[in-house]
Amino acid sequence: MTEILVVTSGKGGVGKTTTSASIACGLARRGKKVAVIDFDVGLRNLDLIMGCERRVVYDFVNVTHGEASLKQALIKDKRFDTLFVLAASQTRDKDALTKEGVEKVLKDLADDGFDYVVCDSPAGIEKGAFLAMYFADQAIVVVNPEVSSVRDSDRILGLLDSKTRRAENGETLKANLLLTRYNPERVDGGEMLSIKDVEEVLGLKTIGVIPESGDVLNASNKGEPVILDMESNAGLAYDDAVARLLGEDKPMRFTTFEKKGFFSKLFGG
Amino acid sequence: MGLFDFLKTKKNTASIAKERLRIIVAQERSHRGAPDYLPLLQRELLEVIRKYVSIDVDAVKVDLVKDGEHDVLDISVALPDERASAA
Repeated sequence: MTEILVVTSGKGGVGKTTTSASIACGLARRGKKVAVIDFDVGLRNLDLIMGCERRVVYDFVNVTHGEASLKQALIKDKRFDTLFVLAASQTRDKDALTKEGVEKVLKDLADDGFDYVVCDSPAGIEKGAFLAMYFADQAIVVVNPEVSSVRDSDRILGLLDSKTRRAENGETLKANLLLTRYNPERVDGGEMLSIKDVEEVLGLKTIGVIPESGDVLNASNKGEPVILDMESNAGLAYDDAVARLLGEDKPMRFTTFEKKGFFSKLFGG
Repeated sequence: MGLFDFLKTKKNTASIAKERLRIIVAQERSHRGAPDYLPLLQRELLEVIRKYVSIDVDAVKVDLVKDGEHDVLDISVALPDERASAA
């Protein structure tokens, strides 16, 4: 059985592509056969985050239009034998993707024995975002602990509940929250929404909390998904999220702030 | 950071954020799945009623309510009190 995951958020810039790349790598590292697909037609970026931008020959739209085979368009990852990237088209035609075209590609991936297909959704609630979520079995809603991101996530949750194939068939689609850019110190100071706050407002459970970290930018600079950096808290937090996705029970890490002692407070730290 | 910084109490903006989100999310969820024609219906109803009675913009409320198996279109119109409209 192939499990189709959508990584979505509504709001842009919250870490969908970073999350898609890391989740896909994490699953592949655990031996799963994974395809990660960029649905952001016109604004291709997953290839950069995955570090395979110079190896894109054919893209998603080429496949749905029959200009290339799926096999030709899938870019094999250099680090994991079971990981493949399908790049978005850089065409300006937003209608280049169709429901039927996407369905065909997903079916071919299932026939090819893929365990997971990770769909990296574009921001917004337009066609690309709709197609990325339509066939999903499970959703990862990426959210920053910040008002506009939380509100947009709720909007996306409404669409996941109504505009997906599972919803139309009366089946449930499991949605998980993944908090990114979490800053325990600011949460401790009452300046940032806590995990519990976001869970309460959205009525969903969290599958991972990624601490705010400079390692994320360093990782994207290098084209190496941050989950591969096992010395980084953000990388470890992503690996925990992948473990939870696979059913493991792991406590959250890097989510509490160690208060400074009296003296360091008094004299500045 | 410096001497006595720890004495300052910071305003808890996270709780303000949470409260605002609670309200707006609840409001948006109540309209979720409602047909797109509701706002237009509400405006036209308002115009028709205004031909006969002088009412406020927010005096007409149109909601789609679930009642068991059925969807009920719930329209409520708050009419002004007698003395005000007698003028």
